[in-house]
Amino acid sequence: MNKLKIILNGIVRDNPTFVLMLGMCPTLGTTGSALTGMSMGLATMGVLICSNCAISMLKRFVPDQVRIPCYIVVIATFVTVLQMCMQAWLPALDKLLGIFIPLIVVNCILLGRAEAFAARHSVIESVCDGIGIGLGFTLALTLLGAVRELLGTGMIFGFGIYPETYGSLVFVLAPGAFIALGFMVALFNSVKKHP
Amino acid sequence: MSKQSTSLWRMMMALGAVTVIAGAILAWVYSMTSEPIRDAQLRARRDAIAAVSPQFDNSPQPVAITPEGEEVPVELFPLTLGGKPVGAAVETYSDAGFSDRIRLMVGFDSDGKITGYQVLSHSETPGLGAKMDTWFRDPKGNRSVIGRSPASDDMRVSNDGGSVDAITAATITSRAFLDALNRAHSCYISYTNSR
Repeated sequence: MNKLKIILNGIVRDNPTFVLMLGMCPTLGTTGSALTGMSMGLATMGVLICSNCAISMLKRFVPDQVRIPCYIVVIATFVTVLQMCMQAWLPALDKLLGIFIPLIVVNCILLGRAEAFAARHSVIESVCDGIGIGLGFTLALTLLGAVRELLGTGMIFGFGIYPETYGSLVFVLAPGAFIALGFMVALFNSVKKHP
Repeated sequence: MSKQSTSLWRMMMALGAVTVIAGAILAWVYSMTSEPIRDAQLRARRDAIAAVSPQFDNSPQPVAITPEGEEVPVELFPLTLGGKPVGAAVETYSDAGFSDRIRLMVGFDSDGKITGYQVLSHSETPGLGAKMDTWFRDPKGNRSVIGRSPASDDMRVSNDGGSVDAITAATITSRAFLDALNRAHSCYISYTNSR
């Protein structure tokens, strides 16, 4: 299979947030601002690439009956490694994302891609899928974070666009996340259908 | 029967091997990162002390002080300039917040006046309670607590008959913030009295 096509599929056709609707918990929880959304997306992408790679290497040695526990152990290992590295060298980012870093373990995107893709394809293809899905997730989270930050506080990535007093607090809070996400899913799918 | 026992054996082998390798990786990363993580935490604490305190030139060492009528000790960092005591920074907390514990670093000068504060961690509502980071140093009205002393001022929110303006729509957070502040002050007083 064409590697570039796998990556593009992950971003558009199988976009984890807008099309597959996976990993909604961090999507709603970490998109209060564009920066946190992007950091979460990149962190997830890092773990996804590593876990896809490791799982497609393991697929021949692991019997079918115990594959899910093995996948979870692999994913949890990478997440813990990521968390320890972030606490050591990026403490500010770790504080910003807080509980959502360990929660990457239970993100359906990782187990979903392990089952649906990495367990059936070669290592290189699985890494490409990890990059594609990871980029799709990062893009979605950054966009959603930017929209919420702009409507909520009048800023994007911390740069003021209009005065904060005109911002609507609801977009910073959880209900605004649902509203913004709903509109963006609709927009994404209508553009995808009628380009 | 024999086929079943081999597959059981294989399952155990596979799962065992995966967990052993994962454990080894984690142990190695832990040994690599434990030092930088401790350094990062110490640096964060040092930065917080420097940000809230009057000028000092010692390297602050924690002293555990138990506030009157309580059981959990709070860490206080005595500060000196040229060998003379100039005040202290107190790592205080409150459990009266909207959700979870609020942790603050509060600085006092030798008269017991508040020289500054920094929010170390909290889970208050974004856009409402989370404003405490800036609200209580805003010179507008009676918001700011900087330069005031809980000994001479009634450090409660004005709805409760105190002299501090609460954050709009976040009175619970404001109460918790002042609770932490008063706890820090009583620690500082019992520390100065004990010397």
